[in-house]
Amino acid sequence: MSLQQIVFLILFIAVVFLAYRSYGRIIKAIKLGKSYTAEGSKGQRWKNVFLVAFGQQKMFKRWIPGFLHLFIYVAFLFTQIELVEIIIDGVSGHHRFFADKIGPLYNVIINFIEILSVLAFVSTLIFLWRRNLLKIPRFVKPEMNGWPRLDANLILIGEIILIVGIFSMNSADLALQNLADSHYPDTGQLLISSLVFENLLQDMSQSSLIVMERFGWWLHLSVVFGFILYLPYSKHLHILFAFPNVYFASLKARGAIENMPVITNEVKSMMGLTDETGSEITDELPEFGAKDVTDLSWKNILDAYSCTECGRCTSVCPANLTGKKLSPRKILMDIRDRSTEIITQLDGSVKESDFDDGKSLFDYISEEEIFACTTCNACVEACPVMIDPLSPIIELRRYKLLTESKGPSEWMPMYNAIENNGAVWQMPGQRFDWANNLESN
Amino acid sequence: MKVYTVEEYKSLGKEPEILFWVGCAGSFDSRAQKITWALVKILHNAGIEFAVLGNDESCTGDPARRSGNEFVFQMLALQNIETLNMYNVNKIVTTCPHCFNTLKNEYPELGGNYDVVHHTQLIQQLINEKRISIEKGIFKGKKIVYHDSCYLGRINGIYEAPREILEELDGQLLEARRNASNGLCCGAGGAQMFKEEEPGDKKLNVERVEELLESNPDIIAVNCPYCTLMMDDGLKNKEKDEDVMVYDISELIVQANNW
Repeated sequence: MSLQQIVFLILFIAVVFLAYRSYGRIIKAIKLGKSYTAEGSKGQRWKNVFLVAFGQQKMFKRWIPGFLHLFIYVAFLFTQIELVEIIIDGVSGHHRFFADKIGPLYNVIINFIEILSVLAFVSTLIFLWRRNLLKIPRFVKPEMNGWPRLDANLILIGEIILIVGIFSMNSADLALQNLADSHYPDTGQLLISSLVFENLLQDMSQSSLIVMERFGWWLHLSVVFGFILYLPYSKHLHILFAFPNVYFASLKARGAIENMPVITNEVKSMMGLTDETGSEITDELPEFGAKDVTDLSWKNILDAYSCTECGRCTSVCPANLTGKKLSPRKILMDIRDRSTEIITQLDGSVKESDFDDGKSLFDYISEEEIFACTTCNACVEACPVMIDPLSPIIELRRYKLLTESKGPSEWMPMYNAIENNGAVWQMPGQRFDWANNLESN
Repeated sequence: MKVYTVEEYKSLGKEPEILFWVGCAGSFDSRAQKITWALVKILHNAGIEFAVLGNDESCTGDPARRSGNEFVFQMLALQNIETLNMYNVNKIVTTCPHCFNTLKNEYPELGGNYDVVHHTQLIQQLINEKRISIEKGIFKGKKIVYHDSCYLGRINGIYEAPREILEELDGQLLEARRNASNGLCCGAGGAQMFKEEEPGDKKLNVERVEELLESNPDIIAVNCPYCTLMMDDGLKNKEKDEDVMVYDISELIVQANNW
């Protein structure tokens, strides 16, 4: 076994071990949420996974970033083939394991990956430009300051390094094949790497080429390993979570807000509509709605970890567009950060049921934000991975209104009018009086 | 033109074809009442036997639920479902997309199952079945820009029916920059109608009106009583309320036919 194989194996095992721990933490964070059953047919769910997640359907509502993202995404998908080969080579000590196994198809696949990699490279540069120089409004909102901006740039720079790794590896490989070294099986002409080889590498010595090939191989691999370990700390986790998130997205009518059966039963017994007595009287006051992430559903938390902070929701939010503090993206980021905060503290010996750090989601999200929502569903419509930002906003409002009896003071006369007169306004006269004026109109 | 309650129908031993759910705005707001009257005239001219709940109708609870007050919502919803079920109501038409959404999507889970249509869907059907026709003439040369309400459009996916009706008029139908599933909210939904907006740069209805004015319309056509009020208010803010009129689609049909 060569030194490289040993280093590879140690690294590989370390990455698997560390990834198991950090992804396990995210799963634990999602499980902080309350039960949730994804309603609707499995057929429709898989259709959504196919069209919305794999097919990127909703990305094309904005076609420029839609296409740029598609290039990076497809390049990512197909590079997995090369990654499998890299892992096999790394373990077995082979070089380009698939090259003489699948014949001419190998050349086709590698060429395809090369073309995609160029498109992805260009797209990544454009993304860096849009984010940092063009300053597209949704990328420079207040919630993007600090870590979120750095995170986004780190991912884009990582992608560039990844692609540089591929091309230095492939072009040096071609040069070494050209020197008729039997260690390097024939890959055939490679569209991009051949250009690099012919124009830049002709005069390089064999030893430098070997170093360059190994440098590219290890660079590519280290960035991949780095990505795997970095994802659980990054908004980029969407590359994995988008799929389950779309699968579990609610298929209920968009206009139906989650029912609260406890309150239905309570009101029914108040109105004498049921034989059952209301809920048992307990010493503790009941809590309704969400004060913390533990009061939300696990799907709300999965939503939060699936968010890649693209800000399409915020850029169409009528409240945000007119300068209010509410940003649907920030609500998701807050839920994610609060979940991570809790799970970090739970890592010790504290049990989940005993956990209390004296904080809540309201330390992240203000009343001003949640009460600015018009429930217009523009954010729900905009999200490319079917996140529902409205659901937690309603749950937070419910906590304020039902548990704390707080809320905009102007709403109180409306509630009183509804309770006393069955109408949103306190009006003199009867509801049916409108018909009296019909003739004169 | 007399409007009968379901109770009156029942006492005559008859069943109405459809129940007209009027809603709070349509019942009490002087501007929105005109939309109620317009639909009454359309139903009357189409020869449809319809009834209302009259004083037995209450708010559907939409603003209570969306503002977070589930108790008030459930009280209203359960009471309305009791009333509707007592009268054996099957089919409902309403001019309010908020009532439409709550009746259609939220009452079933609480035991209220009805066939609910928005008035634009019913009007389109009446036109298709030739039960009403639209006189040409008064909208000739007029520019009509259509505003999608959130609760009819994006939330319930009804984009075509209102547009097909407007195309029947002889005016020029214009689209807003943000339209259909990208339509911009008027600012009233989620119980915002009943409170001041949070601090910001601009009122939402002003933002929307400015956008609708980009195409220099004569008329802003809407499908929701709350949008009607918000757009009216936005036009006043821009001092354009003399030049541009806001009408519900039903009102345009009534005007065209001089009913």
